[in-house]
Amino acid sequence: MDFDYSDEQRQLKDGVERFVRERYQFDQWKKIAASESGMSEENWRQMAELGWLAVSLPEAHGGLGGGAVETMIIMEGFGRGLVLEPYLSTVILGATLLARGAPEALQAELLPKIGEGRLKLALAIAEHQGRYNFADVALSARAEGSGYVLAGQKCVVLDAPQADKIIVSARTGGGAREAQGISLFLVDRAARGLHLRAYRTLDRRRAADLAFDNVRVDAASLIGGRDRGHGLLSEAIDHGIAAVAAEAVGAMQCLHDATNDYLKTRKQFGVPIGSFQVLQHRMVDMHIALEQARSLALMVNMKLDGPAGERARAAAAAKVQIGQSARFVGQQAVQLHGGMGMTDELTVGHYKKRLMMIDVLFGNAEHHRRRFAEMEGAEAA
Amino acid sequence: MDLRFSEAEIAFRDEVRNFINDNLPADIRAKVRRQVHLERPEIDAWQKILFRRGWGAPGWPVEHGGTGWSVVQRHIFEEETAALDCPPQSPFGLSMVGPVIYTFGSEAQKGHYLPRIVSAEDWWCQGYSEPGSGSDLASLRTRAVVDGEDYIVNGHKIWTTQAQFADWMFCLVRTDFEVKQQEGISFLLIDMKSPGIEVRPIITIDEGHSVNEVFLDNVRVPRRNLIGREGKGWTYAKFLLGNERTGIAQVGGSKRRLRRLKEIARAEHVDGRPLIDEPSFRERLAQVEIELMALEYTNLRFLADAASGRPLGPETSVLKIRGSEIGQRISELAVEALGHYALPYELPREGMNEPPVGPEHGEGLVGTYLYGRAYTIYGGSNEIQRNIIAKMVLGL
Ligand SMILES: Cc1cc2nc3c(=O)[nH]c(=O)nc-3n(C[C@H](O)[C@H](O)[C@H](O)COP(=O)(O)OP(=O)(O)OC[C@H]3O[C@@H](n4cnc5c(N)ncnc54)[C@H](O)[C@@H]3O)c2cc1C
Ligand SMILES: Cc1cc2nc3c(=O)[nH]c(=O)nc-3n(C[C@H](O)[C@H](O)[C@H](O)COP(=O)(O)OP(=O)(O)OC[C@H]3O[C@@H](n4cnc5c(N)ncnc54)[C@H](O)[C@@H]3O)c2cc1C
Repeated sequence: MDFDYSDEQRQLKDGVERFVRERYQFDQWKKIAASESGMSEENWRQMAELGWLAVSLPEAHGGLGGGAVETMIIMEGFGRGLVLEPYLSTVILGATLLARGAPEALQAELLPKIGEGRLKLALAIAEHQGRYNFADVALSARAEGSGYVLAGQKCVVLDAPQADKIIVSARTGGGAREAQGISLFLVDRAARGLHLRAYRTLDRRRAADLAFDNVRVDAASLIGGRDRGHGLLSEAIDHGIAAVAAEAVGAMQCLHDATNDYLKTRKQFGVPIGSFQVLQHRMVDMHIALEQARSLALMVNMKLDGPAGERARAAAAAKVQIGQSARFVGQQAVQLHGGMGMTDELTVGHYKKRLMMIDVLFGNAEHHRRRFAEMEGAEAA
Repeated sequence: MDLRFSEAEIAFRDEVRNFINDNLPADIRAKVRRQVHLERPEIDAWQKILFRRGWGAPGWPVEHGGTGWSVVQRHIFEEETAALDCPPQSPFGLSMVGPVIYTFGSEAQKGHYLPRIVSAEDWWCQGYSEPGSGSDLASLRTRAVVDGEDYIVNGHKIWTTQAQFADWMFCLVRTDFEVKQQEGISFLLIDMKSPGIEVRPIITIDEGHSVNEVFLDNVRVPRRNLIGREGKGWTYAKFLLGNERTGIAQVGGSKRRLRRLKEIARAEHVDGRPLIDEPSFRERLAQVEIELMALEYTNLRFLADAASGRPLGPETSVLKIRGSEIGQRISELAVEALGHYALPYELPREGMNEPPVGPEHGEGLVGTYLYGRAYTIYGGSNEIQRNIIAKMVLGL
């Protein structure tokens, strides 16, 4: 076992910290969040230049062939900065799916573009009735001529408004909620018949509800083979979970540090409020929650390339721990800041809201607790 | 001992119920049901309806324009108004400053201020907290110095809810810097239109505007606006805090929100079944309902004690702690029930004619959750309430 970073990894960490320091001060964050697109093209270019958009891409397609540790370092730093650019959607989810499922020609065309910052993606997998079960796909893809026709809805698709292309899960066979029969398609955001209802989210990012009104795609846009999209999707989701787990650790660390500072500086009754034992213990519980979350964030990232069963179990466990820790740390950070914690002018509330968002992404803690228990059951049987 | 309502009480309940059904404007009712933020005119409209019926001040004695209701009647009224989606009555006049005025005020003050509270002519706000004085309220530094017939007030209040709408502020000020902290505090009624007052909004994490900073720069306040005696303000302030009793547990409001939560859990689905049939969700729903039930009967027991003349002390802190925690829990579950549709967050804008994103039953819930993080902070934080109970339980 080795929990240490290599020299290159340490450099990457410094680089991400510098990026956040220089480009993601709270005032800068507010400006970007309030802008039309809710992201900064300038920052995106900078990330491309620094090689971060290519870090996990295969070397054959202009990637740096980095692994989970690099992604974890980047995401944890982005968590601290509340970084708004669509890294998760494009580099983690989108690129993972393309690199593992797209036909060779499509990979050669698109992956280098991602690395260069010239292609942004979004992943459309949630449907309202399906809640967090991504096998509950009602959106249909009907074979027609040499391609398919997509019809149905997707909800709360993150980063869709600024994406160039969207990867969407659709049913090509099988019954409701069957894993078999789900296929993934790459669709142009501007495709005919694709309607976006764009909006802002809780954490000031951008998302959209999507209506597919007989959108035509050709067979070459199929990713991962017909009817066999679900396994690939599960893998990408676990990558997503690992990434947001690291991001959540970064955000929680900031809440932890801010609260710790506040306890030492805020005075009431003539003493720092941190001298009250009840607040000391609360702070300690926040600290423990963060350490537990950090451990499982690390674990899931290390197990991403292992056997699928182990990977899925690790992802479910991490998502539960992250969700619980984030809820406690977020709520207590507000509570211990008193009235100040309630203001929009402190970063505290914004970290808390990002953490609420992360809990919902890919299924909340409750969902993954059930999933974990079911895997346990399957093992025992 | 008998936990049932008497026949007279049942008749009273029906009377309240019928009155509400006949008189609550449908648009206001719909907004309350959807937890949409209400504006002053809407709250005033309902207050005026109650006032005309003689129910403007449910908690006050008859001689001051109240109903003179028994504890049980007040409980019934609170239950029914909450169950039938009536707007909450503004607490600052009715539950806070009103009782202070009729208990400690002069005849002239009673005659002038009380009727205007009941009829919704005046709105009040509470000027207690300051940047340096939150939990440690007695350390407040806003000062009032006598100058002829006036006080001249200088200072900075913060977190002042509804100061942007209020006509008056009841304010704790320091009139004596020489004596022990608590003994130098006085209770002043300040006209919010006085020159020298500036109100600045504070936007909270729900992106709403309900709290403010209030700056007082050489504000002249007539000496006749002093309540009771100079230096006794702390006593009145504590009386006021203890007097928030009935409302503080928020049983009615929590019941209404729990009902709405169940409706949502029936409408949302997991794997083709209603969320409410999902065992872990249903059990957590049951848990909070049981806690609310325990609070309801604790509340009734304490109120009965108060009615029979036993003074309530730290018991109110029990109600505050549990009431706020249960309220937060319900709103947390509501956010969870929404699934992905907890994420879109767009404030209603002027001229926006698109319907809100997501199912209608989700409207306002995430904002309520976020603002509700303050339940355990304001009115004396839950840590402070626990300190108060600790003194009682441990006999410190
Ligand atoms: C099964 C068992 C095995 C043990 N084995 C050993 C052993 O091998 N060797 C050995 O030397 N001792 C041993 N101990 C003793 C153990 O270390 C003491 O019980 C422990 O240190 C607590 O001391 P106490 O029992 O006097 O309780 P107290 O110190 O009187 O504490 C009573 C309660 O007050 C709390 N408390 C005390 N001070 C504070 C404070 N400042 N802030 C907040 N809370 C406080 C405590 O947490 C506890 O809940 C053992 C005890 C048990 C029960
Ligand atoms: C939404 C909202 C509305 C409000 N409306 C009003 C209003 O209308 N009028 C008004 O006057 N005020 C109002 N307040 C202010 C409110 O009463 C204060 O925020 C509250 O008293 C806490 O004070 P503080 O914010 O300064 O926090 P602090 O007192 O600085 O507390 C910070 C943290 O330390 C803890 N703490 C402090 N002292 C102790 C101790 N001795 N032991 C253990 N823990 C301790 C607190 O519990 C809290 O967690 C409002 C506040 C909010 C958030």
